[in-house]
Amino acid sequence: MNLLELFRKKSTAPVARDRLQVLLAHERSVIGKSDLLATLQEEILAVIAKHVTVDRDAVQIKMDRGASFSTLEIDVEVPLDAAKIPRPAAEKEIRASA
Amino acid sequence: MGKVLVVTSGKGGVGKTTSTAALGAALARGGENVVVIDFDVGLRNLDLVMGAERRVVFDLINVVQGDAKLAQALIRDKRIDTLSLLPASQTRDKDALTLEGIDKVIAECREKFDWVICDSPAGIERGALLAMRNADVAVVVTNPKVSSVRDSDRIIGMLDAKTLRAERGEKVEKHLLVTRYDASRAARNEMLKVEDVLEILSIPLIGIIPESEEVLKASNIGSPVTINNPTSAAARAYFNAARRLKGDQVDVVVPMQRPGFIGRLFGRRVA
Repeated sequence: MNLLELFRKKSTAPVARDRLQVLLAHERSVIGKSDLLATLQEEILAVIAKHVTVDRDAVQIKMDRGASFSTLEIDVEVPLDAAKIPRPAAEKEIRASA
Repeated sequence: MGKVLVVTSGKGGVGKTTSTAALGAALARGGENVVVIDFDVGLRNLDLVMGAERRVVFDLINVVQGDAKLAQALIRDKRIDTLSLLPASQTRDKDALTLEGIDKVIAECREKFDWVICDSPAGIERGALLAMRNADVAVVVTNPKVSSVRDSDRIIGMLDAKTLRAERGEKVEKHLLVTRYDASRAARNEMLKVEDVLEILSIPLIGIIPESEEVLKASNIGSPVTINNPTSAAARAYFNAARRLKGDQVDVVVPMQRPGFIGRLFGRRVA
């Protein structure tokens, strides 16, 4: 690289360093433990599935892992007739096992 | 029905992932529907080079095992909406990839996309074989160095023997992509010449990518060079390679050294 370029160009190495720091912080936290975002996602979907019949194709999950916070976006299409009407027999079973 | 392209090399560090991202973005910018798939289980990097590392939810193994639908695992590129990424798994066991599972995922991708680009891991083990298994077309990435050329020869042999096409008695269409080509070293006869590499490997040339700081900058930022700096010499070489993949007749340009002011003062580069 010549001297002129040093003044002219915006450096990309700091961007690379920041991206790696965020990524590795998340990857290291996953090793040995379970990924919090993944756990949240699984449990939220399980709760939803308890109440409505969820079409797997109608679920979109987006994540954005950030430095100080991450976002988890779960988009579930709930049709009007999707509500699971609890059957009396099923309810009894739950009480019995509790 | 889309075409399946494997980007492979045998040797590591020659530019498979960079080339996968750059070719994928070049084809997608030309209006093709493209998915790039990372086969490097445990050492994924295509997500990072594409700038999608923060958005990975599901991966190839999730889809193969049925934990996620293909549509849920695909990450749509934020810059080009005809470009998608299917990441590799970083944490799971690579033995979870079964032949049948891979074949099914690739078949589904073929229906949805014009190009299915498989980024092979280095080596000649299971991962590399899985990446090339369904290929119709192969881009063999080679540096003008003896070790790289030797490994490429090995991989070319495997493309002719260990792919589904080979099993059916058909040929995989093979192309040579020379990367990290240093014009000044070539001029000084310090590097294998492209003609030498071509003569040894005897597969057609699809492009010569110059050693370029633009490629490094693009990966720092997380953007394929064909998006980040489309007018750079490296990006233009990738665009031309993408056109050749589509069957256009484009002459291969050998990158020439154009010394700048200081370069002219001092004659040649150090290192």
